[in-house]
Amino acid sequence: MFLAFAAPNVALIVIFTYRPLILNIYYSTLNWTLGAPTAQAVGLRNYVTFFTSSEARQVLTTTAVFTVATVGLSMGLGLLVALGLNRKVPGAGFAQATVFSPFVLSGVGVGLAWQYLFDPTVGALGAILRQVGLSSPQWFNNPSLSLVMVILVYVWKNLGYAAVIYLAGLQSVSRDVLEAAAIDGANRRRTLISITLPLLSPTTFFLMVTSILNSLQAFDLIRVMTPLGRGTTTLIYDAYLQAFGGYNQAGYSATISTVLFAILVILTLIQLVLLERRVHYL
Amino acid sequence: MPRLNLGATLAGDYLPLILATLVVVLPLAYMVLSSFKSPADVITQKLVVFPSPLRAANYADAARTVPFPRLFLNSAVVTSIGAGIKVLLAILTAYALVFVRFPGRRYVFWAILATMMVPAQVSLVPNYVFISQLGGQDTFWGIILPGLGTGFGTFLLRQSFLTLPVSVLEAAEIDGARHWRRLWRIVVPMSAPSIATVALVNIVFEWNDYLWPLVIVSKPDMMTLPVGLTLLSNSENSAASYGVVMAGTVMVLLPVLLVFTALQRHIVTGLTQGGVKA
Repeated sequence: MFLAFAAPNVALIVIFTYRPLILNIYYSTLNWTLGAPTAQAVGLRNYVTFFTSSEARQVLTTTAVFTVATVGLSMGLGLLVALGLNRKVPGAGFAQATVFSPFVLSGVGVGLAWQYLFDPTVGALGAILRQVGLSSPQWFNNPSLSLVMVILVYVWKNLGYAAVIYLAGLQSVSRDVLEAAAIDGANRRRTLISITLPLLSPTTFFLMVTSILNSLQAFDLIRVMTPLGRGTTTLIYDAYLQAFGGYNQAGYSATISTVLFAILVILTLIQLVLLERRVHYL
Repeated sequence: MPRLNLGATLAGDYLPLILATLVVVLPLAYMVLSSFKSPADVITQKLVVFPSPLRAANYADAARTVPFPRLFLNSAVVTSIGAGIKVLLAILTAYALVFVRFPGRRYVFWAILATMMVPAQVSLVPNYVFISQLGGQDTFWGIILPGLGTGFGTFLLRQSFLTLPVSVLEAAEIDGARHWRRLWRIVVPMSAPSIATVALVNIVFEWNDYLWPLVIVSKPDMMTLPVGLTLLSNSENSAASYGVVMAGTVMVLLPVLLVFTALQRHIVTGLTQGGVKA
């Protein structure tokens, strides 16, 4: 009975999630073009390339910058927004839903809308900058600025997720504790730093884990706003470009996926170890 | 001065709300307004917020470049079948994990849960090879099949089923109700809100899914909306055609925005579930 109920789902997961993980390891030892009938076995050469080439180092740096910036900004700003929204006034629920809404929108659509806004010649941002006597940065030609742009849009799209989760955390902080602090003469800032934030640490920890996982998977915005990936090629995007973007290096793409998977496993293990220790009063 | 005080409180309370709302609403409003811009209102270094004349023909132009009605149909088929099967699989699996005794079911649960950590991108190349060999390129089943296994839904429904009162189920067992009956007569109706949440989250996910349909579909007639939208922006790539591209973008984003507005509470709880454990 158990088998009859669970088997379809488990079979799909085995075929389309676990089997690819193992196949990736095999593919990663090949020099191979997607669709080609034959491939050349090259042993660990793809891994050597990955860990020694300067392109790969650039990809790792970009991934690190993108992940740290997007996670840091969406959590930091998310907390600020949550503090701002955490009041019992009419309209607070509406504001909360509005802030959350970009999270459910298609990354392709959001990317295009912002591409128009950021366009240096005909975009709204450039027009506003010119009104105050500045000129628009070259968001699409300068690789560093492209990365900044994609990070900003990613944060705009995902901020609401962190905000709503922080908001739920804030609303579960007991009133008694806050009142006790007020009676003891703590001002708002002191209360926030010494009481609210430590009480929020499980929320912070959960958010950090999910945000890192989400950020490592960011694809839609990068692909739509910067199709060539100059300055914005993260691990995920490189894996896509190598197999499907004209590089014809499906074996190398599988190598990147394998490395990415290893990174995810390590992150998950760290998370489990930390969870064991029950982060609370950090 | 009590009035000033009230004003200050209101400003202090509402200013953050208004600011946060504007940051989200303004870019989206600008997108909608721009979808009615004529080329003259696009090719200008000045900021044009309200286009004149309003050019609704952008929508027709977008639909002429890319077959939008067909894309809507494709997205609707992929989303309803994909999300429908996923919810069904999640219900069955969660029921088995909670109510059917089986040696090692804990390990099955962990193996399913672990897939939530594996992004779809990691399995991209092997799945592409596999589905292509089976002839799934440019087909509905090729788009839908690889994403059907569900860790998220199973996890969420398992948590929900665990909270059901055991006594009701035991009473049904004594009455001789079989698993199948118990599932549909008792467990599903009692967990309707959680199931609705899982369904909504999967619908949003399937509707927006981009990477897999992008690689497995190449014929415009089989594209889903997000993939077709990139085709539109690649075809209409001069600066003057931002109006047409924005019209296409509105057609992709608006349905989700409307559904979200109608059902926001369910979607927000669904997507943030597990964040704060009371």
